[in-house]
Amino acid sequence: MAIELKERPTPPAPRQITTKPRLSDQVFRTVVTIGGMASLVILGLIAIFLSIKGMHILVDEKFNFITESRWEVITDETGEVIEANFGIGAMLIGTMLSATIAILVGVPISVLSALYLTFYANGKLKKVLISVIDLMAAFPSLLFGFWGFFIFMSSAEYWAKLINKYLGFIPLFDVPTPIFERSPFIAGLVLAIMIIPIVTSISREIFDQTPLDRVQAAYALGATKLSMIKAVVIPYGRGGIIGGAMLGLGRAMGETVAVYTVLNVVYQVNWQVLFGAGGNVASLILLKFGEAGPYEVDALMAAGLILFLLTLIVNATADFLINRFGGKGR
Amino acid sequence: MNKVIPAPQKPWQPTFIDKLEDVAILVGSLGVAGAIVKFTGFNGKLGYFFAFFFTLLVANFVFHFIKRGMQAAKDSILQVLTAMAIFVTLIPIVSIVATVVSKGYKGIHWGLLTKDMALASVNDPIASGGLLHALVGTIIMVGGALIISFPIGVLTALYLTEINGKLARPIKFLVQAMSGVPSIVAGLFILSSLIYPVTKALSGLMGSLALTILMIPTIARTSEEMLRLIPNELREAGVALGGTQWRTVAGVVLPAAKSGLVTAIILGVARIIGETAPLLLVSGGGDSLNTNPTSGAMGSLPYYIWKAFLTGGTPEAFARAWGGMLVLLSFIFILFGLARYLSGRKVG
Amino acid sequence: MTTSHVTPSSLSSVASARTVSQPGTALLGNGLETRGVHAWFGKKHVLSDVTLDFAAGTVTALIGPSGCGKSTFLRTLNRMHEFIPTAAMAGEVLLDGKDIYAPGIDVTKIRLRVGMVFQKPNPFPSMTIGQNVLSGLKLAQIKNSNTDDLLESCLTRAGLWNEVKDRLGEHGGALSGGQQQRLCIARSLAVEPQVLLMDEPCSALDPGSTFRIEETIADLAKTMTIVIVTHNMQQAARVSDYTAFFLSDGGPGEMIEAAPTSSIFSSPQNKRTEDYVTGRFG
Repeated sequence: MAIELKERPTPPAPRQITTKPRLSDQVFRTVVTIGGMASLVILGLIAIFLSIKGMHILVDEKFNFITESRWEVITDETGEVIEANFGIGAMLIGTMLSATIAILVGVPISVLSALYLTFYANGKLKKVLISVIDLMAAFPSLLFGFWGFFIFMSSAEYWAKLINKYLGFIPLFDVPTPIFERSPFIAGLVLAIMIIPIVTSISREIFDQTPLDRVQAAYALGATKLSMIKAVVIPYGRGGIIGGAMLGLGRAMGETVAVYTVLNVVYQVNWQVLFGAGGNVASLILLKFGEAGPYEVDALMAAGLILFLLTLIVNATADFLINRFGGKGR
Repeated sequence: MNKVIPAPQKPWQPTFIDKLEDVAILVGSLGVAGAIVKFTGFNGKLGYFFAFFFTLLVANFVFHFIKRGMQAAKDSILQVLTAMAIFVTLIPIVSIVATVVSKGYKGIHWGLLTKDMALASVNDPIASGGLLHALVGTIIMVGGALIISFPIGVLTALYLTEINGKLARPIKFLVQAMSGVPSIVAGLFILSSLIYPVTKALSGLMGSLALTILMIPTIARTSEEMLRLIPNELREAGVALGGTQWRTVAGVVLPAAKSGLVTAIILGVARIIGETAPLLLVSGGGDSLNTNPTSGAMGSLPYYIWKAFLTGGTPEAFARAWGGMLVLLSFIFILFGLARYLSGRKVG
Repeated sequence: MTTSHVTPSSLSSVASARTVSQPGTALLGNGLETRGVHAWFGKKHVLSDVTLDFAAGTVTALIGPSGCGKSTFLRTLNRMHEFIPTAAMAGEVLLDGKDIYAPGIDVTKIRLRVGMVFQKPNPFPSMTIGQNVLSGLKLAQIKNSNTDDLLESCLTRAGLWNEVKDRLGEHGGALSGGQQQRLCIARSLAVEPQVLLMDEPCSALDPGSTFRIEETIADLAKTMTIVIVTHNMQQAARVSDYTAFFLSDGGPGEMIEAAPTSSIFSSPQNKRTEDYVTGRFG
């Protein structure tokens, strides 16, 4: 620089730009903001009201409510509750068991399907397949439940017998008595079928966002589709796919009707996935609700609260992962 | 000077011979799978599927290995795997639709729309009852849910797109979290907050409220996406012309997003129309026509199906249930088709 | 475009200062030739009838205003053109005398022999600097026992070794734009291509980095055939042996003139070439 300033003038403080919104805008912004708070309010209210009804059960049972596996209400002739023990341990295990099976079966199929839609299918076929899979995501769980019970069960039961026959030496695949109908295995498969469209959609959207310049760079280096996907698409989409899988997990954990129809809801701890007994928290609520007295209803509220918090955590994690990794570099 | 312009070609696309080879591998694998099922321990549909699957994998691998080497062979494995995955994904949907149509048509008759189940049990002959009450109940409850959740959903979307304040990120997150609330929890919430302390009775309105909780996230998210498609210039033009933000949103943004908002409504309705669990808890199961949402149990399509399956055991009951399912599925197809039609066109 | 102050004489003096490589001298194969190449996107005819030879061991610059089809032409040379779904082409591209579009040709092998450097530096962000350089080996599953030497030689040839030799384990995204682009060049070198295509490799870089890349190109030309698309005529004059001028008059792009770089800039045969290199339009 030829010209040098002897001293730099102190830069002026930036002007504060204030706009005084007109009254109509103030009203508008207030109304919209209040409306925008609705989700916060509703989620808060759910937590509060379920707590009001269920908290005393949780206080009575403490951690036993989660760890113990009893569901007993003893009443005298007048209907007064003499003794009650509530613990949803068995149902939590059942929830995890069927949801885990759903994830293990559903997610690989979804990710491969999404790869097919993004990198193999094209033109009209791609559009049709995407529409069909989106449509399937809109099917009600009732439909999956009864289809699972009437159509899918016989096939799945046969598969369960095969697994038991050849892999029965593994404790997980053993059964105490040969009852293969309505097992956690079958419920898990039906849940897998339910979450496949959801996870496929999310994975496909993430794969679609893979930066084209990286894809081209890989191809220009002589990559095949397989090595391009391994080197570029998977590292890019990994976080998002995990998020999508978590979203599927949340859906599978909270499912009521489909599980109620294809799973033999029995209040017992059952680790043996092929054996026809088990349940999940949501189906327990539906099962017990019809015959429950006021005291037991409170226990069901407490169970609902636990389920609500559990799915909230899973969904929050999913959302975090999808947003964190969905549109970014690594 | 006249230059001869050759015809455009796509030499990278598979040639006829390539396609023939693929079909040959496919057909060959089907045949080999048949042989495996016939002569070995594999049997049944599952056995055939796995035999076919592995034969196809091996055949593709070997073929491409001979033709182009290891790289191409491995590449072909992924192609077979992904194609198989999409095939496996499609089996249930085809099976579901085929089942509902083939079993459901027996339960369809004209009386469905004029009769309710007040005087008929699920095991009675098909013609003696209908789903008028269920249809009316579903329409009232879904309509009620829509009236409440549409404004809330759109306001949430407007907050996210137009105001975009400090709370935009947390709210987006909460909407997402809300969409994951299990439907049974929505039912329990209405029970604990309204039915036990206030009304002490089940009613259609309570059903609407439970469905509202499930519907708001869908409407909010879809509306947000649709509002984001409105170009910013439109908003700036509105403000630059001296309009207030309120006038710009009401006069420019929302009208421009009209078909997008209708899509949001449709997807919201599709989300809740088949919802069963919360209705079992809060709206009860009416068997007779009830048009008053504030008092008395109210029937619904999902309940109609649920009851026919669970309490019936005769062919009539099943035909009834599948018939109800066919009606429900038709609604979903129509809603979905409408949404596609509307959002497929340009917004505005 | 930055051509307004360029006079033909200054460009031709830059160009003639370079010693023209003798075609076909090295063991570089017989170079790349195109015969009547046309290209389409959907119904739109974007490139018409280009017949051009790239002798082995030379640098050829493709110049012309935006939309003249030069980048499209470049992408037909290693079959990257076909990634656009509506793309179509006609004509032949001969590598060592064999048509790379012939049926039965393994396209991944073609792209190994004809490497490409893109406009925007695009290192793989999930890989370290070292992994980026060797990524081509991994992607094409080439076995190489002596990866350390290969790593050093590629980075050296790309003019990056001294700057990154102590930080090979860092991620590629940590480098500056110019360094990233040289990393991408090193990455293409690792699979030992015969031909290197460069699609405006300096358009996203500052003058200092541009200078480094041009040095690199001059070095690389000793061992391979280089085709470079550039908007910058001084750059064409500085780095290339031959220059081809492309132009579209609203219809498909055509190659107007191809000649040794010095004669393109000093005595263009075609009026339109002259108008372009003297900065009358563009």
